[in-house]
Amino acid sequence: MENYNIVIIGGGPAGLAAAVAAYDAGERSILILERDSQLGGILNQCIHNGFGLHTFKEELTGPEYAKRYADQVVERNIEYRLNTMVMDISKDKVVTAMNRTDGMFDIQAKAVILAMGCRERSRGALNIPGYRPAGIYSAGTAQRLVNIEGYMPGRKVVILGSGDIGLIMARRMTLEGAEVQVVAELMPYSGGLKRNIVQCLNDFNIPLKLSHTVVDIEGKERVTGITIAEVDSRNKPIPGTEEHYECDTLLLSCGLLPENELSRNAGVEISRITNGPTVNESLETSIPGVFAAGNVLHVHDLVDFVSEEAAAAGRNAVAFVNGELAQDTEGEIALTVEGGPRYTVPSTIDPKKMTDQLTVRFRVGSVMKNKWVNVYIDDEKVIRKKRQVMAPGEMEEVVLKKSMFENHADAKRISIRVEEA
Amino acid sequence: MYDVVIIGAGVTGCAIARYLSRYQVNACVIEKDEDVCTGTSKANSAIVHAGFDAANGSLMAKFNVKGSEMMPALSKELDFPYDMCGSLVVCVAEEELPKLQALYENGVKNGVKGLEIVDRAKLLEMEPNISDAAVAALWAPTGAIVCPFNLTIALAENAAVNGVEFKFNTEVANIEKQADGTFKVIAKDGTVIESKAVVNAAGVYSDVFHNMMSEKKIQIVPRKGEYLLLDHNTDGFVKHTVFQLPGKYGKGVLVSPTVHRNTIVGPTATDIDDPEGTNTTAEGLQEVIEKSAIAVKDVPTRQTITSFAGLRAHEVSHEFVLGEVAENPGYFDAAGIESPGLSSSPAIGEYMSDLIAEKLGLEKDPTFVGVRKGIVKAEELSKEERNELIKANPAYGQIICRCESISEGEIIDAIRRPVGAKSLDGIKRRVRAGMGRCQAGFCSPRVIEILARELGVEQSEITKSGGDSKIIVGVVKDRI
Repeated sequence: MENYNIVIIGGGPAGLAAAVAAYDAGERSILILERDSQLGGILNQCIHNGFGLHTFKEELTGPEYAKRYADQVVERNIEYRLNTMVMDISKDKVVTAMNRTDGMFDIQAKAVILAMGCRERSRGALNIPGYRPAGIYSAGTAQRLVNIEGYMPGRKVVILGSGDIGLIMARRMTLEGAEVQVVAELMPYSGGLKRNIVQCLNDFNIPLKLSHTVVDIEGKERVTGITIAEVDSRNKPIPGTEEHYECDTLLLSCGLLPENELSRNAGVEISRITNGPTVNESLETSIPGVFAAGNVLHVHDLVDFVSEEAAAAGRNAVAFVNGELAQDTEGEIALTVEGGPRYTVPSTIDPKKMTDQLTVRFRVGSVMKNKWVNVYIDDEKVIRKKRQVMAPGEMEEVVLKKSMFENHADAKRISIRVEEA
Repeated sequence: MYDVVIIGAGVTGCAIARYLSRYQVNACVIEKDEDVCTGTSKANSAIVHAGFDAANGSLMAKFNVKGSEMMPALSKELDFPYDMCGSLVVCVAEEELPKLQALYENGVKNGVKGLEIVDRAKLLEMEPNISDAAVAALWAPTGAIVCPFNLTIALAENAAVNGVEFKFNTEVANIEKQADGTFKVIAKDGTVIESKAVVNAAGVYSDVFHNMMSEKKIQIVPRKGEYLLLDHNTDGFVKHTVFQLPGKYGKGVLVSPTVHRNTIVGPTATDIDDPEGTNTTAEGLQEVIEKSAIAVKDVPTRQTITSFAGLRAHEVSHEFVLGEVAENPGYFDAAGIESPGLSSSPAIGEYMSDLIAEKLGLEKDPTFVGVRKGIVKAEELSKEERNELIKANPAYGQIICRCESISEGEIIDAIRRPVGAKSLDGIKRRVRAGMGRCQAGFCSPRVIEILARELGVEQSEITKSGGDSKIIVGVVKDRI
């Protein structure tokens, strides 16, 4: 059996950043396993700009951003295998993978970094009634067909869901010559970034209908029409509000789901809220030495933060391999949320293991205006941060400092609360 | 001039073709769609009924019990997924116990083996998630689950290997009886196919093809059944096919494992007019969710990966119409094949083929090959076996469908086989690529690529399911 100190599952933005950071922390025995034919993951089909503003202080396209990291991997001679599917990860960190040339093979890892990304929620999972003709695509599938293959998946388009990929595809399909008639969103707010609504919908006069959903799909072979309707506060369609659109295409952008089948099989504990592993301050999962970062951990809006998070996971994995990451759980403090946030990543913090600064990320469950995000250690408010608008579509963060715990040797609780003052 | 033309490449038509191919016969299956298994056969409960339900003395009872008995051996001969997991009919009200007893007795009369009424304690042991209201159940150990796609495909492939032709995209418009007693089958596109005998296995259209040739009219009312299919992570939620005893809550829905480790829930039963009306409805899907709770508690319907509707070819008298049409010798019906049609299919195939063979005086074919090897299921192989396979053909090392772990090698095999796949749905039915939790989101562009390469056509020609169901409608900026 082959041996590597760190095996990274996935060569997308998370996997690449983790590899580079691990290398830079001194580790040389690193292997990236990537299922696609090139490094970069889903960024390769994200040909629009807007990536890298935080990381590189410039606006890059997805492939350019990916290349910056892929180049760093190549410069460091970090090993990677393409077209290689990881089939299984055992509790003991034996990674079973497969490709055309090596067949099925096992690798014993000392540490594993999960960086498999996420997938889109499908029509089936949404239980949209109607026929099942051709012409129904998840926004990401359409993005691949258009941006990588150069094909048009349709001419007249209705989009359900206002996730970022759907918004980006509304603009892309328009630029490629299709007519995007409407974006319907089940929730009373958009699931995507404000900037994408402005740049991808408003600038192209594409209407966004909030609190609307698809109630019927017509067409026995190819989509011929879509009916949308307004929904009530319980998300049930309101009779009489139906609107019919003649179209040949329905794009779905109704949420992303971390792809944790491998993690689950390995026995990694998964959060019911994020659908990603629960992790501690070191981004270590419930299995010691198994780390997670990027969209497999929780779905991000900006790749810059994926890279940042993954780099931390990479450094922590090196510490684990070197025996420098304490494995006791006595000092572990649970992070709790009140008044708006749905979860936090990480979900526990051990002050003695944390770095000087630790970014805690979370999302709120509904649109909130003019609120304070306050962080308490036990009952002491250690951070207060005014937020004019918070929305489920935009990830929030607070930065905890190690020094904040100096007066709290026996802290029992860290809570993030959204409050009026 | 064919000896036999079979109209319809569903499980019934393919079963008749396969059993007919045991004879020296020049036969052809004509199908209006682009593949086998595109109608009723593809959208049903995917179970082999034990045979206790059908009225004693009916054709349904006879062929169900026979078909169910044939299925285990056939699944080995033709290599399709089949699992005799057993079925339970759950009674949720004390006062309905006599009905359960009556069902048991009907089953015994039908010749179903191993039937037993189990009490709540036993039931709970067998199905921990059973409803709190469950009082007893009829246990049928011979109840089974099957892959309806691969059953149909296996029958078709085996028929093809033994010489039966298949003509797809050929919709029959009319049939004329000739003076010499033979038939002219005329397709919509004008193609004329001549045959000594014709078999009507046209599913929801079988009334049309019966009534063309008979004054004794039949009527098919398409009966829609809506279903939910749940994620692999519900594997083991129920271990047997769980029916609910028809009673004060109506007919109920079944909750069953599938041979592919999903859970299936459904169907509804709504009579409709449109024989192509396979759309799901908000009400229907809601009904499935609500009724699933009657016999089983907390069915994880939030884990739905897809929903679908199928149409049963329900004849108003609720009985199979099998045999030669009296007024037109040489014209045979296998009509009104609704549930338990899938279960009955091997028995119907054998019976009908023997009937036709006798009529035409066909001889047994000594070169008949009764076994078929299915597409390798790489997932089920040991590491060593899999590595040997990849060494021989590296395409088996390249995973295309990540949800179901299906390799390029399996997909290529699905295309190159006799009666091979030509569309995304054809691939999906044969090897499950695209049938997983992402519902083809990731793999469809790759499968389109492989299909185009293997079939030697442009990617833009590849369809979801034939006809006008193209996935790609042009190239970027082509209309600007």
